[in-house]
Amino acid sequence: MNAIHLGTWDLLAAALLILLDAALSLALRLSVHRQILIAAVRMVVQLAIVGIVLRSVFAAESPLATASVVLFMVGAAAREVATRPKQRLKRHMNYQISAAVVACAGFATVLLALTTAVRPDPWYAPRYAIPLMGIVLGSVLNAASLALDGVLDGVVRERGRIEARLALGTPFREAIGPLVRNATRRGMIPVANQMSAAGIITLPGIMTGQLLAGMDPVEAVKYQILLMFLLAGASGLASVGAALLAVRALSDERQRLRVDRLRA
Amino acid sequence: MSSTSTALLSARGMRSPFGGPFDFDLRAGECVAIQGPSGAGKSVLLRMLADLDPHEGEALLEGRSSRTMPAPAWRSQVVYQAAEPAWWEATAAEHFSGKQRGFVDETLRALGLSAALLDTDIERLSTGERQRLALVRSLAAAPRVLLLDEPTAALDPDSVERAEALLASRLADGMAILIVTHSAEQARRMAQRVFHLSQGRLTTA
Repeated sequence: MNAIHLGTWDLLAAALLILLDAALSLALRLSVHRQILIAAVRMVVQLAIVGIVLRSVFAAESPLATASVVLFMVGAAAREVATRPKQRLKRHMNYQISAAVVACAGFATVLLALTTAVRPDPWYAPRYAIPLMGIVLGSVLNAASLALDGVLDGVVRERGRIEARLALGTPFREAIGPLVRNATRRGMIPVANQMSAAGIITLPGIMTGQLLAGMDPVEAVKYQILLMFLLAGASGLASVGAALLAVRALSDERQRLRVDRLRA
Repeated sequence: MSSTSTALLSARGMRSPFGGPFDFDLRAGECVAIQGPSGAGKSVLLRMLADLDPHEGEALLEGRSSRTMPAPAWRSQVVYQAAEPAWWEATAAEHFSGKQRGFVDETLRALGLSAALLDTDIERLSTGERQRLALVRSLAAAPRVLLLDEPTAALDPDSVERAEALLASRLADGMAILIVTHSAEQARRMAQRVFHLSQGRLTTA
């Protein structure tokens, strides 16, 4: 593999496009120029930090450093899942559910990949474990937050219907079933779309990166297929987990719908 | 306490942050009306009795506490009908099982409703039609106790009369009814006793 090395001037040339965006915003009075400029600066700083940190973590090959980075990533993803839905559960249940779901779905799929398909030596080699976790967490985050939002928002919207069924003696599981299935489906649809579009409408990011880095296209495709399967698995686990845990948090031992457990 | 032996539904120290404590008995075949200003906690009381809201104290059906049976078993015997009943399928017919069909046709006739309503989109029915269909739905569950929240609020006088006659026939069969109504006339027509509820406290008139 020989990647074409990028110099400072190459990046600066591309940065002109950000200035173009800002100019468009000013000319068309879109008032997004500040936002775009700030986001661009943030992105550069964030990625620079990530690059520097990963370089030293990759060089160190220390299990502790790798674990810290991975845990930080899981924590950040969990926080994002918890805060995306409009509705919040009391007693920080959003955070508890998100942390459990993100950690389980993330670790399960990444460990599976590291012990079967990828098999680096040592198995926790940061060069493999960290990027894998990163891309899996992206999907997990998306799936879990959609499913969680689907349940939390759904019970507020569907409260009357669910309670009408409960009031006639329908068991809670049956009364809440349609909502749970809907929310779970919402979480799983993005990865299904992603898979059907892959290669035709979009060249997936990872593959693009590997092609730019000089990898053989067929090898890059194999990696991409593996990753898609991992993402699909992780999305499924995350959607089901988030929906079920959220529903559990909204019910009690008397099979009531506890909308009062949402923060007003 | 001699009334306990004949009580069908009993409330014992039932309370929640929104009202109570509530203590009363409801005998088989008896109708009790609850009146009071809005926000007094009338719906809260019905919801507690149906075990839809968390509460302290207990409700008993023929002396048996709701806690000793699974919640769905309790709720299918003590059925609560909300003031604005919700529907979860597209048509009313889908809310009934095949077994209930005979009962449903008979009850629709008693209420003066056409059977065609069953297959009409719920969205296209009038509020009054939906309210009467909800009554059919509640009765089709064959409850021992029916908790009704303003069940005839959207009905014209003739329809109210039919609904009350239907409920009276169920009372004669031994069902007990707790009805929240803003109409003093309805309370007088239907109920043997009238409770007044204000600021979460129950008083007998």
